[in-house]
Amino acid sequence: MLLLVLKRILLGFITLFIVSLITFSGVEVLPGDACTTYLEREAYGAALEACYERLGLNTPAHERYISWAAGVLQGDFGYSLSGEMRINDVLGPRVKNSMVLASASILIGIPIALLLGIITALWRDKLPDIIISTVTIFSMTIPEFISATLLILIVAIWLEWLPGIVIVPTGASISELLPNIILPVIAISMIMTAHMARMVRSSVIQVMASDYVQMAILKGVPYWKMVFKHVLPNALLPAINVVALTIAWLLGGVVVTEVVFNYPGLGRLVIESISNRDLPVVQALAIILASIYVSINLIADLMTLMLNPRLKSLQIKK
Amino acid sequence: MTLEKEQKKNNLQKIFEVIKTMASKPSGLIGLSILLFHVILAITSPLYVPYDYKAIDPSLMLQAPSSEYWFGTDSLGRDVFTRTILGGRTALTVTFFGSLIALVWGGALGIFCGLVGGKIDDVVMRIIDAFLSIPWILAMLLIVSLLGTTTLVLIPALGFFYGKGIVRVARAATHDVIAKDFIVSAKARGHSNLSIIWNEILPNVRDAIMVEGAMRWSWMLLGFSSLSFLGFGVSPPTPDWGLMISNARGLMSFAYWAVLAPIFGLSSLIIGINLTADAFAKALGIDRSTKAPV
Repeated sequence: MLLLVLKRILLGFITLFIVSLITFSGVEVLPGDACTTYLEREAYGAALEACYERLGLNTPAHERYISWAAGVLQGDFGYSLSGEMRINDVLGPRVKNSMVLASASILIGIPIALLLGIITALWRDKLPDIIISTVTIFSMTIPEFISATLLILIVAIWLEWLPGIVIVPTGASISELLPNIILPVIAISMIMTAHMARMVRSSVIQVMASDYVQMAILKGVPYWKMVFKHVLPNALLPAINVVALTIAWLLGGVVVTEVVFNYPGLGRLVIESISNRDLPVVQALAIILASIYVSINLIADLMTLMLNPRLKSLQIKK
Repeated sequence: MTLEKEQKKNNLQKIFEVIKTMASKPSGLIGLSILLFHVILAITSPLYVPYDYKAIDPSLMLQAPSSEYWFGTDSLGRDVFTRTILGGRTALTVTFFGSLIALVWGGALGIFCGLVGGKIDDVVMRIIDAFLSIPWILAMLLIVSLLGTTTLVLIPALGFFYGKGIVRVARAATHDVIAKDFIVSAKARGHSNLSIIWNEILPNVRDAIMVEGAMRWSWMLLGFSSLSFLGFGVSPPTPDWGLMISNARGLMSFAYWAVLAPIFGLSSLIIGINLTADAFAKALGIDRSTKAPV
């Protein structure tokens, strides 16, 4: 078991290593580099030389990669181009802001998703299922920027219940942030909830059709006892992995939502740094977002392993 | 009738039957009709647009919908109806060809990995995993900002990024058929590897790959319009829904029509493609509901 856990963690690190190689070589291979993109039309002669000198871009690529990777391993991402600030200082508050947004959405989204998923599965093809399923399909297919824009139009402009955009500074404290994030949280958790509810639904339906549930019904186990004791524990396990993948996939959606609401998180930093052509920050963001993705998946894998004795023995045999 | 001709006829019949099964359910019928409507609109709209999509007229700024301007005008005095019915052309073209590219390279690499297995397979899958863990939006933005936002960049970039998921599906489907008897007997008959892939494996994994491709199409459309919305997709004054929403958003408290029209266009197309892809999967007997949107 311990060996298996270690193996998974090692695989996660290998993935991150490849990600770092991809982002680094991607910037290397594509035409242009940090200096030419940053300086744009002024990229010639002395200015270009000075920029190369300043960033150390005149050393060979593999040397730069090693020194950059060594820095990243020690938690140091180097300096940004535009503000000449330490990237760590730029990232810190942004990471916190995005974490607040993401955890609020997850805390609200997961219970609702479980509830909706179970309701739709137990009342399969009846009225509650048809209504909820239709709504979930709509909310998961419509792009984040559309649902967010519609939310602003309806809630903030027509009903005037809440402010439409977030106007807190980047370094705001959590208590300052919370009243401002209601609409962004609704926008994010709407899509996430829809995805998860659908998966929980199909997972519960699958388990309901299995032999041991049929057996329990035949034995005369009361319906709700059967649901809570036999169906849900078995149905929710496989859902963990899928939920993790959904959360990870939402990283992209969070970027768009943050831009719509003007929220000072990682997502807006992605857009800002790319518009400013600040490649060192972009590289740092790629690594950070990829590590979030890898760790969410790792946690989900380990949770499923620990909660499911059958899977444990299966994996070790392999 | 030669054998080949007969097979062709059978293929046509099969396609016809799949479409019939898809249309037999209300959701599939709705999806197909929406998609068909959008495709026809995209092909024919330049023939009957009432106004020039890029004609700027300050005296017509932000007019409410009227009998003259059905959907009103935007902040530059351009007719919103004209721009809305033209707005799906770029999105549909880019994402359609992007999905084709994704299907071809994802399917080919997936079948190859499933077939060879071993070390090569391990390494390729690791790299695919690593690509999957970079958020698509960051990767797309990086490519687009380094290479520019022409369709010649967007189509292959989207095709590449949305193809990685197809690799996994194609690989898994290949794994399912590779141990079957007909492959073993084809090998024993001395068929070449290429002929085995073309005649034995491909017909058996084609359904799974095509369903995945149809689903990718709707996600790619979502991705493409998000890029346009963020200002990294097509460049103005090209009429495009994502771009129109992003431009009209700031003024939506005065002129909600300029936002609602493109929102309606884009949402209906995405829902149409989704319903069609779902019905397509069901008609081919593939259950997608337990999959995460990787």
